[in-house]
Amino acid sequence: MWPIFHKFGSPPWLYSISGAILRWLLPATVIALIVGVSWGLLFTSPDFRQGNSYRIIYIHVPAAVVALAGYYVMALAGAVSLIWRMKMADVAMKAAAPIGAAFTFIALFTGAVWGKPTWGTWWVWDARITSMLILLFLYLGVVALYEAFDNKEAASKACAVLSLVGMVNIPIIYKSVDWWYSLHQPATIKFTEKSTIDPSMFYPLLLCIAAFYALFTCCLLLNMRAELIQRESRTQWVKKLASESGKN
Amino acid sequence: MYFDSLHALLTMDGHGVYVWSAYLVTFAVVVTVLASPVRRHKRLLRQLAAELKRQQGAPTGRTIGGG
Repeated sequence: MWPIFHKFGSPPWLYSISGAILRWLLPATVIALIVGVSWGLLFTSPDFRQGNSYRIIYIHVPAAVVALAGYYVMALAGAVSLIWRMKMADVAMKAAAPIGAAFTFIALFTGAVWGKPTWGTWWVWDARITSMLILLFLYLGVVALYEAFDNKEAASKACAVLSLVGMVNIPIIYKSVDWWYSLHQPATIKFTEKSTIDPSMFYPLLLCIAAFYALFTCCLLLNMRAELIQRESRTQWVKKLASESGKN
Repeated sequence: MYFDSLHALLTMDGHGVYVWSAYLVTFAVVVTVLASPVRRHKRLLRQLAAELKRQQGAPTGRTIGGG
């Protein structure tokens, strides 16, 4: 256990392994996104009730799923950095916040655009939508809080606490469509019973969800690598990297 | 393919404007989220390389890092 822990704590190791992962994960993500989105947009039948507007599902649901999963990543990294003072966990937490915000924004925006032809309104102060808006503010809060401190250690602690406190919002988002009578439709993909979505629509959706997970991972690694370069700019390995890249 | 023509694909029976704007904005956000760390990464390395060159003071400055 401890050697792995030590490795994860080593910036040059993290930098090189993330580079190796990105070399195949990034192209795989782009291919999966193109295939998944074109499958959903071009090769599925329209929904019998919602018509073609339902095609927004192929970006709305994956973005929302990953926005929530990203919050777990951020809060978990925050907890690790708070408890074990692990610097790389802090790098991961800081890297996750803006990406989570971007995915939450995508979920909210596509939801609003989907709402107009389906519900007749862009926005309602409904439990699901409001709790997602709070999620966006939590992500943006972490980004802003990090910038507000001059002392980076204090910033890291404050952000970790904020992201952990914000965890209470996550089960609320999950359960909001069951707890409150809501305009938002309940979940169509269920783990414990039969899903209420046709297989012909379900498979492209599943592919899109997987592609968005991969996309989040790519963005997270890219952000972490940039952050590592900045924090480690006084070390020998980064100087070597810089001088090598300066030659090309 | 479900749609018979390009026109049908673009209009989607009146839903085209919603569907396509949702996909367009998503695409723009995804590209931004991917490109901004890459640009930051390159900028940081470039700044650092320039700084190292200045510190060396040598007109050639090619031997930094020995690599």
